[in-house]
Amino acid sequence: MNQQLFVFFKALLGSCKDLLPIVLVIAFFQFAVLQQPMPNLGDIFIGLGFVVLGLTFFIYGLEMGLFPIGESMAQAFARKGSIWWLVTFAFCLGFGTTVAEPSLIAVAKEAANVAAIGGIIANDAQAQLDYANGLRFTVAFAVGFAIVVGVLRILRGWPIHYLIIGGYIMVVIMTSFAPTWIIGIAYDSGGVTTSTITVPLVTALGVGLASAIKGRNPMVDGFGLIAFASLTPMVFVMIYGMVLG
Amino acid sequence: MSLLVEFLNTLKTTVVDVLPILSIILVFQLLVIRKPIHKVKQVGFGFIYVLIGLSLFLLGLEKALFPLGKLMAEQLTANEFILGNDTATTIATWSDYTWVYVFAAAIGFSTTIAEPSLIAVAIKAEEVSGGAIKANSLRITVAIGVAIGIALGSYRIVVGHPIHYYIITGYIIVVIQTFFCPKLIIPLAYDSGGVTTSTVTVPLVAALGLGLASTIPGRSALIDGFGLIAFASLFPIIAVMAYAQITQVKTHKKTNR
Repeated sequence: MNQQLFVFFKALLGSCKDLLPIVLVIAFFQFAVLQQPMPNLGDIFIGLGFVVLGLTFFIYGLEMGLFPIGESMAQAFARKGSIWWLVTFAFCLGFGTTVAEPSLIAVAKEAANVAAIGGIIANDAQAQLDYANGLRFTVAFAVGFAIVVGVLRILRGWPIHYLIIGGYIMVVIMTSFAPTWIIGIAYDSGGVTTSTITVPLVTALGVGLASAIKGRNPMVDGFGLIAFASLTPMVFVMIYGMVLG
Repeated sequence: MSLLVEFLNTLKTTVVDVLPILSIILVFQLLVIRKPIHKVKQVGFGFIYVLIGLSLFLLGLEKALFPLGKLMAEQLTANEFILGNDTATTIATWSDYTWVYVFAAAIGFSTTIAEPSLIAVAIKAEEVSGGAIKANSLRITVAIGVAIGIALGSYRIVVGHPIHYYIITGYIIVVIQTFFCPKLIIPLAYDSGGVTTSTVTVPLVAALGLGLASTIPGRSALIDGFGLIAFASLFPIIAVMAYAQITQVKTHKKTNR
Protein backbone atom coordinates (compact mmCIF):
# COMPACT_ATOMS: atom_id res chain seq x y z
CA MET A 1 0.00 0.00 0.00
CA ASN A 2 2.78 2.35 0.97
CA GLN A 3 4.55 1.73 -2.27
CA GLN A 4 1.41 2.45 -4.30
CA LEU A 5 1.06 5.71 -2.47
CA PHE A 6 4.66 6.53 -3.28
CA VAL A 7 4.10 5.84 -6.98
CA PHE A 8 0.98 8.01 -6.93
CA PHE A 9 2.84 10.91 -5.33
CA LYS A 10 5.63 10.58 -7.84
CA ALA A 11 3.05 10.78 -10.64
CA LEU A 12 1.47 13.84 -9.01
CA LEU A 13 4.87 15.48 -8.84
CA GLY A 14 5.35 14.73 -12.54
CA SER A 15 2.05 16.42 -13.35
CA CYS A 16 3.09 19.46 -11.30
CA LYS A 17 6.22 19.69 -13.41
CA ASP A 18 4.15 19.48 -16.61
CA LEU A 19 2.03 22.36 -15.44
CA LEU A 20 4.80 24.56 -14.07
CA PRO A 21 5.60 26.31 -17.39
CA ILE A 22 2.02 27.59 -17.83
CA VAL A 23 1.94 28.90 -14.26
CA LEU A 24 5.26 30.68 -14.73
CA VAL A 25 4.23 32.24 -18.05
CA ILE A 26 0.93 33.53 -16.70
CA ALA A 27 2.52 34.84 -13.49
CA PHE A 28 5.31 36.57 -15.41
CA PHE A 29 2.96 38.33 -17.80
CA GLN A 30 0.51 39.27 -15.08
CA PHE A 31 3.09 40.76 -12.70
CA ALA A 32 5.96 41.91 -14.91
CA VAL A 33 4.34 42.90 -18.19
CA LEU A 34 0.74 43.87 -17.44
CA GLN A 35 1.65 44.81 -13.84
CA GLN A 36 -1.60 43.74 -12.28
CA PRO A 37 -2.43 41.73 -9.17
CA MET A 38 -3.63 38.14 -9.48
CA PRO A 39 -7.45 37.98 -9.29
CA ASN A 40 -9.26 35.20 -7.32
CA LEU A 41 -6.15 33.55 -6.01
CA GLY A 42 -8.25 30.94 -4.18
CA ASP A 43 -10.06 29.82 -7.32
CA ILE A 44 -6.81 29.60 -9.21
CA PHE A 45 -5.21 27.34 -6.63
CA ILE A 46 -8.24 25.04 -6.50
CA GLY A 47 -8.29 24.91 -10.28
CA LEU A 48 -4.58 24.13 -10.49
CA GLY A 49 -5.05 21.33 -7.97
CA PHE A 50 -7.79 19.88 -10.20
CA VAL A 51 -5.62 20.09 -13.29
CA VAL A 52 -2.70 18.31 -11.59
CA LEU A 53 -4.96 15.58 -10.18
CA GLY A 54 -6.77 15.21 -13.52
CA LEU A 55 -3.58 14.86 -15.52
CA THR A 56 -2.30 12.20 -13.10
CA PHE A 57 -5.51 10.17 -13.34
CA PHE A 58 -5.56 10.52 -17.11
CA ILE A 59 -2.04 9.12 -17.51
CA TYR A 60 -2.85 6.24 -15.13
CA GLY A 61 -5.96 5.39 -17.13
CA LEU A 62 -4.07 5.72 -20.39
CA GLU A 63 -1.65 2.95 -19.52
CA MET A 64 -4.29 0.79 -17.82
CA GLY A 65 -7.15 1.12 -20.29
CA LEU A 66 -6.71 3.01 -23.56
CA PHE A 67 -3.33 1.65 -24.68
CA PRO A 68 -4.08 -2.02 -23.83
CA ILE A 69 -7.50 -2.06 -25.51
CA GLY A 70 -6.18 -0.38 -28.67
CA GLU A 71 -3.31 -2.85 -28.93
CA SER A 72 -5.29 -5.97 -28.06
CA MET A 73 -7.94 -5.13 -30.67
CA ALA A 74 -5.27 -4.51 -33.29
CA GLN A 75 -3.73 -7.89 -32.51
CA ALA A 76 -7.10 -9.64 -32.56
CA PHE A 77 -7.87 -8.18 -36.00
CA ALA A 78 -4.43 -9.14 -37.27
CA ARG A 79 -4.93 -12.72 -36.05
CA LYS A 80 -8.41 -12.87 -37.57
CA GLY A 81 -6.85 -11.96 -40.88
CA SER A 82 -9.93 -10.31 -42.34
CA ILE A 83 -8.98 -7.04 -44.02
CA TRP A 84 -12.63 -6.10 -44.52
CA TRP A 85 -13.48 -6.14 -40.83
CA LEU A 86 -10.31 -4.24 -39.99
CA VAL A 87 -11.07 -1.58 -42.60
CA THR A 88 -14.67 -1.30 -41.40
CA PHE A 89 -13.46 -0.92 -37.83
CA ALA A 90 -10.92 1.71 -38.89
CA PHE A 91 -13.56 3.70 -40.73
CA CYS A 92 -16.06 3.50 -37.86
CA LEU A 93 -13.42 4.56 -35.36
CA GLY A 94 -12.42 7.59 -37.43
CA PHE A 95 -15.94 8.60 -38.43
CA GLY A 96 -17.58 7.86 -35.08
CA THR A 97 -15.09 9.67 -32.90
CA THR A 98 -15.05 12.74 -35.14
CA VAL A 99 -18.71 13.28 -35.90
CA ALA A 100 -19.50 13.83 -32.20
CA GLU A 101 -16.35 15.81 -31.43
CA PRO A 102 -17.42 18.95 -29.51
CA SER A 103 -14.72 21.23 -30.92
CA LEU A 104 -15.72 20.24 -34.45
CA ILE A 105 -19.39 20.96 -33.72
CA ALA A 106 -18.38 24.39 -32.41
CA VAL A 107 -16.19 25.17 -35.42
CA ALA A 108 -18.87 24.01 -37.89
CA LYS A 109 -21.47 26.23 -36.23
CA GLU A 110 -19.14 29.21 -36.36
CA ALA A 111 -18.31 28.52 -40.00
CA ALA A 112 -22.02 28.38 -40.87
CA ASN A 113 -22.45 31.75 -39.20
CA VAL A 114 -19.61 33.26 -41.27
CA ALA A 115 -21.02 31.77 -44.45
CA ALA A 116 -24.48 33.21 -43.76
CA ILE A 117 -23.08 36.67 -43.08
CA GLY A 118 -20.92 36.46 -46.17
CA GLY A 119 -23.94 35.57 -48.28
CA ILE A 120 -22.63 32.16 -49.29
CA ILE A 121 -25.73 30.43 -47.99
CA ALA A 122 -29.22 31.72 -47.19
CA ASN A 123 -29.34 33.62 -43.92
CA ASP A 124 -31.84 31.41 -42.11
CA ALA A 125 -31.53 28.81 -39.39
CA GLN A 126 -32.30 25.84 -41.62
CA ALA A 127 -29.66 26.70 -44.23
CA GLN A 128 -27.07 27.28 -41.51
CA LEU A 129 -27.87 23.97 -39.85
CA ASP A 130 -27.63 22.14 -43.17
CA TYR A 131 -24.30 23.76 -43.92
CA ALA A 132 -22.87 23.03 -40.44
CA ASN A 133 -24.00 19.42 -40.61
CA GLY A 134 -22.60 19.08 -44.11
CA LEU A 135 -19.26 20.34 -42.86
CA ARG A 136 -19.30 18.01 -39.87
CA PHE A 137 -20.08 14.93 -41.92
CA THR A 138 -17.48 15.92 -44.50
CA VAL A 139 -14.78 16.16 -41.82
CA ALA A 140 -15.91 12.93 -40.12
CA PHE A 141 -15.91 11.11 -43.44
CA ALA A 142 -12.44 12.50 -44.16
CA VAL A 143 -11.10 11.19 -40.84
CA GLY A 144 -12.70 7.77 -41.40
CA PHE A 145 -11.10 7.67 -44.84
CA ALA A 146 -7.75 8.75 -43.35
CA ILE A 147 -7.70 5.95 -40.77
CA VAL A 148 -8.60 3.43 -43.49
CA VAL A 149 -5.74 4.63 -45.72
CA GLY A 150 -3.41 4.67 -42.72
CA VAL A 151 -4.34 1.11 -41.75
CA LEU A 152 -3.91 -0.12 -45.34
CA ARG A 153 -0.50 1.55 -45.36
CA ILE A 154 0.50 -0.41 -42.26
CA LEU A 155 -0.75 -3.68 -43.80
CA ARG A 156 1.04 -3.12 -47.08
CA GLY A 157 4.09 -1.32 -45.69
CA TRP A 158 3.85 1.70 -48.01
CA PRO A 159 6.34 4.43 -47.13
CA ILE A 160 4.47 7.23 -45.40
CA HIS A 161 6.17 10.23 -46.97
CA TYR A 162 4.88 9.61 -50.50
CA LEU A 163 1.31 9.59 -49.21
CA ILE A 164 1.78 12.68 -47.03
CA ILE A 165 3.61 14.62 -49.72
CA GLY A 166 0.89 13.61 -52.16
CA GLY A 167 -1.64 14.97 -49.68
CA TYR A 168 0.28 18.24 -49.39
CA ILE A 169 0.31 18.61 -53.16
CA MET A 170 -3.45 18.02 -53.16
CA VAL A 171 -3.90 20.72 -50.51
CA VAL A 172 -1.81 23.20 -52.49
CA ILE A 173 -3.65 22.51 -55.76
CA MET A 174 -7.03 22.65 -54.06
CA THR A 175 -6.13 25.95 -52.37
CA SER A 176 -5.84 27.66 -55.73
CA PHE A 177 -9.24 26.37 -56.89
CA ALA A 178 -11.31 26.46 -53.71
CA PRO A 179 -13.33 29.58 -52.87
CA THR A 180 -11.38 31.84 -50.48
CA TRP A 181 -14.02 31.76 -47.72
CA ILE A 182 -13.52 28.04 -47.18
CA ILE A 183 -9.68 28.04 -46.97
CA GLY A 184 -9.26 29.25 -43.37
CA ILE A 185 -11.89 26.82 -42.11
CA ALA A 186 -10.39 23.99 -44.14
CA TYR A 187 -6.86 24.57 -42.79
CA ASP A 188 -8.08 24.68 -39.19
CA SER A 189 -10.35 21.66 -39.56
CA GLY A 190 -7.26 19.47 -39.78
CA GLY A 191 -6.24 20.46 -36.29
CA VAL A 192 -9.52 20.13 -34.43
CA THR A 193 -10.32 16.54 -35.30
CA THR A 194 -7.91 14.74 -33.02
CA SER A 195 -9.22 14.65 -29.47
CA THR A 196 -7.54 13.59 -26.27
CA ILE A 197 -9.14 10.15 -26.23
CA THR A 198 -8.91 9.43 -29.96
CA VAL A 199 -5.16 10.08 -30.12
CA PRO A 200 -4.03 7.40 -27.61
CA LEU A 201 -6.50 4.86 -29.05
CA VAL A 202 -5.50 5.42 -32.66
CA THR A 203 -1.79 5.44 -31.76
CA ALA A 204 -2.14 2.15 -29.88
CA LEU A 205 -4.08 0.69 -32.81
CA GLY A 206 -1.32 1.60 -35.28
CA VAL A 207 1.52 0.41 -33.08
CA GLY A 208 -0.39 -2.79 -32.21
CA LEU A 209 -1.03 -3.59 -35.88
CA ALA A 210 2.55 -2.90 -36.88
CA SER A 211 3.89 -5.16 -34.13
CA ALA A 212 1.41 -7.95 -34.92
CA ILE A 213 2.21 -8.11 -38.64
CA LYS A 214 5.43 -9.80 -39.67
CA GLY A 215 7.98 -7.58 -41.35
CA ARG A 216 6.56 -4.31 -40.03
CA ASN A 217 8.48 -2.09 -37.68
CA PRO A 218 6.25 -0.42 -35.04
CA MET A 219 8.38 2.73 -35.15
CA VAL A 220 8.37 3.14 -38.94
CA ASP A 221 4.92 1.72 -39.68
CA GLY A 222 3.01 2.10 -36.41
CA PHE A 223 2.96 5.89 -36.20
CA GLY A 224 1.40 8.11 -38.84
CA LEU A 225 -2.33 7.48 -38.48
CA ILE A 226 -2.86 10.85 -36.82
CA ALA A 227 -0.91 12.58 -39.56
CA PHE A 228 -3.41 11.27 -42.12
CA ALA A 229 -6.33 12.27 -39.91
CA SER A 230 -5.12 15.86 -39.81
CA LEU A 231 -4.41 16.06 -43.54
CA THR A 232 -7.50 14.62 -45.29
CA PRO A 233 -10.06 16.97 -43.66
CA MET A 234 -8.33 19.94 -45.34
CA VAL A 235 -8.75 18.39 -48.79
CA PHE A 236 -12.30 17.18 -48.19
CA VAL A 237 -13.51 20.48 -46.73
CA MET A 238 -12.11 22.36 -49.71
CA ILE A 239 -13.94 19.93 -52.02
CA TYR A 240 -17.10 20.61 -49.99
CA GLY A 241 -16.55 24.34 -50.49
CA MET A 242 -16.08 23.87 -54.23
CA VAL A 243 -19.23 21.78 -54.54
CA LEU A 244 -21.25 24.47 -52.76
CA GLY A 245 -19.54 27.38 -54.49
CA MET B 1 -20.92 21.83 -2.98
CA SER B 2 -21.32 23.83 -6.19
CA LEU B 3 -17.87 22.58 -7.10
CA LEU B 4 -19.17 19.02 -6.92
CA VAL B 5 -22.13 19.91 -9.15
CA GLU B 6 -19.76 21.50 -11.64
CA PHE B 7 -17.56 18.42 -11.57
CA LEU B 8 -20.52 16.11 -12.17
CA ASN B 9 -21.65 18.28 -15.08
CA THR B 10 -18.21 18.15 -16.66
CA LEU B 11 -18.06 14.41 -16.06
CA LYS B 12 -21.42 13.99 -17.78
CA THR B 13 -20.26 15.90 -20.88
CA THR B 14 -17.04 13.89 -21.01
CA VAL B 15 -18.96 10.61 -20.76
CA VAL B 16 -21.31 11.68 -23.56
CA ASP B 17 -18.30 12.60 -25.71
CA VAL B 18 -16.71 9.21 -25.12
CA LEU B 19 -19.89 7.20 -25.69
CA PRO B 20 -19.49 6.83 -29.49
CA ILE B 21 -15.91 5.54 -29.11
CA LEU B 22 -16.94 3.19 -26.35
CA SER B 23 -19.86 1.74 -28.30
CA ILE B 24 -17.73 1.18 -31.42
CA ILE B 25 -15.14 -0.66 -29.35
CA LEU B 26 -17.76 -2.79 -27.61
CA VAL B 27 -19.67 -3.65 -30.80
CA PHE B 28 -16.52 -4.77 -32.62
CA GLN B 29 -15.10 -6.56 -29.60
CA LEU B 30 -18.27 -8.51 -28.91
CA LEU B 31 -19.70 -9.08 -32.40
CA VAL B 32 -16.64 -9.26 -34.65
CA ILE B 33 -13.71 -10.33 -32.51
CA ARG B 34 -16.03 -12.34 -30.26
CA LYS B 35 -13.58 -12.77 -27.45
CA PRO B 36 -13.75 -11.43 -23.92
CA ILE B 37 -11.59 -8.36 -23.38
CA HIS B 38 -8.21 -9.26 -21.96
CA LYS B 39 -7.92 -8.06 -18.33
CA VAL B 40 -11.39 -6.55 -18.58
CA LYS B 41 -11.36 -5.26 -15.01
CA GLN B 42 -8.12 -3.36 -15.43
CA VAL B 43 -9.24 -1.87 -18.76
CA GLY B 44 -12.58 -0.84 -17.26
CA PHE B 45 -10.88 0.93 -14.38
CA GLY B 46 -8.49 2.51 -16.86
CA PHE B 47 -11.44 4.00 -18.75
CA ILE B 48 -12.97 5.28 -15.52
CA TYR B 49 -9.67 6.89 -14.57
CA VAL B 50 -9.41 8.51 -17.99
CA LEU B 51 -12.94 9.92 -17.67
CA ILE B 52 -12.40 11.24 -14.14
CA GLY B 53 -8.96 12.57 -15.03
CA LEU B 54 -10.15 14.37 -18.13
CA SER B 55 -13.12 15.91 -16.33
CA LEU B 56 -10.96 17.17 -13.45
CA PHE B 57 -8.44 18.47 -15.95
CA LEU B 58 -11.04 20.39 -17.97
CA LEU B 59 -12.79 21.77 -14.90
CA GLY B 60 -9.47 22.93 -13.44
CA LEU B 61 -8.47 24.64 -16.68
CA GLU B 62 -11.86 26.33 -16.85
CA LYS B 63 -11.47 27.52 -13.24
CA ALA B 64 -7.84 28.57 -13.14
CA LEU B 65 -6.15 29.08 -16.45
CA PHE B 66 -8.56 29.86 -19.25
CA PRO B 67 -10.20 33.00 -17.79
CA LEU B 68 -6.86 34.54 -16.90
CA GLY B 69 -5.11 33.44 -20.09
CA LYS B 70 -7.91 34.75 -22.28
CA LEU B 71 -8.06 38.05 -20.39
CA MET B 72 -4.30 38.34 -20.76
CA ALA B 73 -4.48 37.76 -24.50
CA GLU B 74 -7.09 40.51 -24.78
CA GLN B 75 -5.12 42.97 -22.63
CA LEU B 76 -1.86 42.36 -24.45
CA THR B 77 -3.45 42.95 -27.83
CA ALA B 78 -5.50 46.00 -26.76
CA ASN B 79 -4.48 49.29 -28.34
CA GLU B 80 -3.89 50.98 -24.97
CA PHE B 81 -1.22 48.43 -24.14
CA ILE B 82 0.40 48.34 -27.57
CA LEU B 83 0.69 52.13 -27.96
CA GLY B 84 1.26 52.89 -24.27
CA ASN B 85 1.24 56.53 -23.23
CA ASP B 86 2.95 57.62 -26.39
CA THR B 87 0.22 59.82 -27.83
CA ALA B 88 2.34 61.06 -30.71
CA THR B 89 1.93 57.82 -32.63
CA THR B 90 -1.53 56.48 -33.18
CA ILE B 91 -0.74 53.76 -35.65
CA ALA B 92 1.08 50.71 -34.37
CA THR B 93 3.73 49.09 -36.54
CA TRP B 94 4.57 45.40 -36.38
CA SER B 95 7.48 46.03 -33.99
CA ASP B 96 5.14 47.50 -31.37
CA TYR B 97 3.77 44.02 -30.82
CA THR B 98 6.96 42.53 -29.33
CA TRP B 99 5.20 41.45 -26.12
CA VAL B 100 2.48 39.77 -28.16
CA TYR B 101 5.06 37.63 -29.97
CA VAL B 102 6.81 36.78 -26.69
CA PHE B 103 3.47 35.87 -25.12
CA ALA B 104 2.47 33.82 -28.17
CA ALA B 105 5.69 31.82 -28.04
CA ALA B 106 5.59 31.38 -24.25
CA ILE B 107 1.94 30.31 -24.14
CA GLY B 108 2.44 28.00 -27.12
CA PHE B 109 5.40 26.31 -25.44
CA SER B 110 3.87 25.96 -21.99
CA THR B 111 0.45 24.72 -23.07
CA THR B 112 2.03 22.12 -25.35
CA ILE B 113 4.08 20.73 -22.44
CA ALA B 114 0.81 20.13 -20.55
CA GLU B 115 -1.10 18.68 -23.54
CA PRO B 116 -2.42 15.19 -22.57
CA SER B 117 -2.54 13.73 -26.09
CA LEU B 118 1.10 14.71 -26.70
CA ILE B 119 2.03 13.04 -23.40
CA ALA B 120 0.28 9.89 -24.66
CA VAL B 121 2.13 9.83 -27.98
CA ALA B 122 5.44 10.63 -26.28
CA ILE B 123 5.04 7.76 -23.80
CA LYS B 124 4.25 5.38 -26.66
CA ALA B 125 7.20 6.62 -28.72
CA GLU B 126 9.63 6.08 -25.84
CA GLU B 127 8.22 2.59 -25.28
CA VAL B 128 8.31 1.57 -28.96
CA SER B 129 11.78 2.98 -29.62
CA GLY B 130 13.15 1.13 -26.60
CA GLY B 131 14.13 4.40 -24.94
CA ALA B 132 16.07 5.78 -27.92
CA ILE B 133 13.51 8.58 -28.09
CA LYS B 134 13.01 10.20 -24.71
CA ALA B 135 9.41 11.22 -24.01
CA ASN B 136 10.48 14.50 -22.45
CA SER B 137 12.90 15.49 -25.23
CA LEU B 138 10.16 14.83 -27.78
CA ARG B 139 7.68 16.97 -25.85
CA ILE B 140 10.14 19.84 -25.48
CA THR B 141 11.01 19.70 -29.19
CA VAL B 142 7.34 19.75 -30.18
CA ALA B 143 6.70 22.61 -27.74
CA ILE B 144 9.51 24.66 -29.30
CA GLY B 145 7.91 24.03 -32.69
CA VAL B 146 4.53 25.23 -31.47
CA ALA B 147 6.14 28.30 -29.85
CA ILE B 148 7.79 29.32 -33.13
CA GLY B 149 4.61 28.55 -35.08
CA ILE B 150 2.29 30.62 -32.92
CA ALA B 151 4.72 33.55 -32.74
CA LEU B 152 5.05 33.53 -36.52
CA GLY B 153 1.28 33.13 -36.91
CA SER B 154 0.72 36.20 -34.70
CA TYR B 155 3.21 38.16 -36.80
CA ARG B 156 1.23 37.13 -39.88
CA ILE B 157 -2.00 38.45 -38.38
CA VAL B 158 -0.27 41.73 -37.45
CA VAL B 159 1.18 42.34 -40.91
CA GLY B 160 -1.81 40.79 -42.70
CA HIS B 161 -0.08 38.42 -45.14
CA PRO B 162 -2.25 35.70 -46.73
CA ILE B 163 -2.03 32.47 -44.74
CA HIS B 164 -1.43 30.05 -47.59
CA TYR B 165 1.97 31.51 -48.51
CA TYR B 166 3.22 30.60 -45.04
CA ILE B 167 1.62 27.17 -44.96
CA ILE B 168 2.82 26.23 -48.44
CA THR B 169 6.38 27.38 -47.61
CA GLY B 170 6.16 25.25 -44.47
CA TYR B 171 5.10 22.26 -46.58
CA ILE B 172 8.07 22.75 -48.89
CA ILE B 173 10.42 22.78 -45.89
CA VAL B 174 8.80 19.59 -44.55
CA VAL B 175 9.19 17.85 -47.91
CA ILE B 176 12.87 18.82 -48.21
CA GLN B 177 13.56 17.72 -44.62
CA THR B 178 11.82 14.39 -45.24
CA PHE B 179 14.49 13.38 -47.75
CA PHE B 180 17.40 14.10 -45.39
CA CYS B 181 15.90 12.93 -42.13
CA PRO B 182 16.46 9.56 -40.39
CA LYS B 183 13.68 7.25 -41.67
CA LEU B 184 12.67 6.10 -38.19
CA ILE B 185 11.53 9.51 -37.05
CA ILE B 186 9.43 10.55 -40.08
CA PRO B 187 6.04 9.03 -39.11
CA LEU B 188 6.38 10.26 -35.53
CA ALA B 189 7.28 13.74 -36.75
CA TYR B 190 4.21 13.84 -39.01
CA ASP B 191 2.04 12.67 -36.11
CA SER B 192 3.37 15.31 -33.75
CA GLY B 193 1.73 17.97 -35.89
CA GLY B 194 -1.75 16.66 -35.24
CA VAL B 195 -1.53 15.98 -31.53
CA THR B 196 -0.35 19.37 -30.34
CA THR B 197 -3.58 21.19 -30.85
CA SER B 198 -6.21 20.00 -28.45
CA THR B 199 -7.57 20.57 -24.96
CA VAL B 200 -5.14 23.10 -23.52
CA THR B 201 -3.68 24.87 -26.52
CA VAL B 202 -6.72 25.60 -28.69
CA PRO B 203 -8.80 27.82 -26.35
CA LEU B 204 -5.88 30.07 -25.36
CA VAL B 205 -4.45 30.30 -28.85
CA ALA B 206 -7.87 31.02 -30.34
CA ALA B 207 -8.34 33.84 -27.80
CA LEU B 208 -4.99 35.30 -28.83
CA GLY B 209 -5.83 35.13 -32.54
CA LEU B 210 -9.29 36.63 -32.12
CA GLY B 211 -7.91 39.36 -29.82
CA LEU B 212 -5.24 40.32 -32.33
CA ALA B 213 -7.55 40.27 -35.32
CA SER B 214 -10.22 42.36 -33.63
CA THR B 215 -7.90 45.16 -32.46
CA ILE B 216 -5.84 45.62 -35.60
CA PRO B 217 -7.59 47.81 -38.15
CA GLY B 218 -8.30 46.08 -41.45
CA ARG B 219 -8.28 42.55 -40.01
CA SER B 220 -11.44 40.52 -39.77
CA ALA B 221 -11.78 38.40 -36.67
CA LEU B 222 -13.59 35.79 -38.71
CA ILE B 223 -11.00 35.48 -41.46
CA ASP B 224 -7.70 36.35 -39.76
CA GLY B 225 -8.54 35.20 -36.24
CA PHE B 226 -8.41 31.59 -37.32
CA GLY B 227 -5.34 29.97 -38.78
CA LEU B 228 -3.06 30.02 -35.72
CA ILE B 229 -4.00 26.37 -35.21
CA ALA B 230 -2.73 25.54 -38.67
CA PHE B 231 0.63 27.13 -37.75
CA ALA B 232 0.70 25.20 -34.49
CA SER B 233 0.24 21.91 -36.31
CA LEU B 234 2.85 22.56 -39.01
CA PHE B 235 5.90 23.76 -37.09
CA PRO B 236 6.24 20.81 -34.69
CA ILE B 237 6.79 18.57 -37.75
CA ILE B 238 9.71 20.78 -38.81
CA ALA B 239 11.05 20.93 -35.25
CA VAL B 240 10.98 17.17 -34.65
CA MET B 241 12.71 16.43 -37.95
CA ALA B 242 15.30 19.14 -37.29
CA TYR B 243 15.97 17.65 -33.85
CA ALA B 244 16.47 14.19 -35.37
CA GLN B 245 18.83 15.61 -37.97
CA ILE B 246 20.89 17.46 -35.35
CA THR B 247 21.15 14.31 -33.22
CA GLN B 248 22.18 12.31 -36.28
CA VAL B 249 24.91 14.77 -37.24
CA LYS B 250 26.21 14.78 -33.66
CA THR B 251 26.46 10.99 -33.36
CA HIS B 252 27.96 10.82 -36.83
CA LYS B 253 30.75 13.18 -35.76
CA LYS B 254 31.37 11.12 -32.63
CA THR B 255 31.72 7.86 -34.54
CA ASN B 256 34.07 9.46 -37.07
CA ARG B 257 36.55 10.48 -34.41
